[in-house]
Amino acid sequence: MQQFAWMAWTWQTALFFAGIAALLATMTLLAALRPETERFGVLRIPTTRGDRLFLSLVGSAFIHLAWLGLAGPDHMWGAAVLSLAYAGAVFRWV
Amino acid sequence: MNKTVNNRAWLLVLPVFALVAFSAVLPLMTVVNYSVQDTFGNNQFFWNGLGWYQELLDPSSQLGERFYDALWRNLLFSGIVLALEVPLGILVALSMPRRGIGVAFALVIMALPLLIPWNVVGTIWQVFARSDIGLFGYAVNRALAPLGTDFNYTQGVLAAWITIVIMDVWHWTGLIALLCYAGLKSIPDAYYQAARIDGASRFAVFTTIQLPKMRRVLLIAVLLRFMDSFMIYTEPFVLTGGGPGNSTTFLSIDLVKLALGQFDLGKAAAMSIVYNLIILAACWVFYTVMVNVGVERRALGTPTAGETPPAEPASAPVIPIERRAA
Repeated sequence: MQQFAWMAWTWQTALFFAGIAALLATMTLLAALRPETERFGVLRIPTTRGDRLFLSLVGSAFIHLAWLGLAGPDHMWGAAVLSLAYAGAVFRWV
Repeated sequence: MNKTVNNRAWLLVLPVFALVAFSAVLPLMTVVNYSVQDTFGNNQFFWNGLGWYQELLDPSSQLGERFYDALWRNLLFSGIVLALEVPLGILVALSMPRRGIGVAFALVIMALPLLIPWNVVGTIWQVFARSDIGLFGYAVNRALAPLGTDFNYTQGVLAAWITIVIMDVWHWTGLIALLCYAGLKSIPDAYYQAARIDGASRFAVFTTIQLPKMRRVLLIAVLLRFMDSFMIYTEPFVLTGGGPGNSTTFLSIDLVKLALGQFDLGKAAAMSIVYNLIILAACWVFYTVMVNVGVERRALGTPTAGETPPAEPASAPVIPIERRAA
């Protein structure tokens, strides 16, 4: 571990990317175990689970930034809840 | 045609995976990592949490102010550039010859600026627009002399913006013209003959035949130009270096000033992430529109999969021009 100290990794960053990696691994497993076909949602474009995950993640990033900019850093769980609701909506309707 | 399925073939992808991880994924993770820390040099880092993001998004802070300024400036630039280049490109495409020896000539002339490297374009205009030795700058100054004003892009904000906008128009209108020309070329002669029989005016031909046929390439052109102008760095950097003051400091120029000029890694990383997110969202729209611009029409009538799609409208012959253009 000592020889990577110069990269100044933090456990928070590690946790964040571990989460992303876990999501990607889950998606890969799902793709192998339960193959799917594209569907047309409210956006009228064909989307797969991967597209919906991408939209959820990018949207969540914007939601968190907007929350941080408008409400400040004290109640970031609000942004997290909002993001989860948004992701749910994306997976349900897009 | 017997293909054997062997999933061990995936192992052959591993070297690429390792290479991309080393050259792209890990550096990107490093940026995220820096964006939540602060350093005063000596490779010592201190946890700052969301501090940089908060500062970046707060217009009353110093960092936020310059970020929003650069962002609006950049959006304004993209808007101006699009508003000028798109109509001009269409006009040029409409007046380019359809057949004969002029076609090759016009194509080469239109493509020439696209072949010049960005920093050379910047240098060309840096000299061209100078008031002492540049032809453009000298001529404009001579013309303005009776009015008592002068044109100096190193001192006047308006002059700097005008020079940068003209430079971008000079550099990129050719692209839009070429794309539109490709769209125009795909219109069968029968359409024009029918219009002539109906006695359609030149304007009617444009609005009912040419413009609808150019819709797809225009979409590509607008999105391409937006992305490019939103990420512009080299040309304004060479021409004005972001000045006078900060008046032409666009996002990428500001980012480099922050990261390499001041070595504020944390602030620069946070700004990179937000900038990257905006680009990512725009890219997604770009990609989605490009891929679905033909599909969309068909999907409109079929909300559920399984239904047979309605017959394609007659106006949708497959012209994969946007694929080639991309």
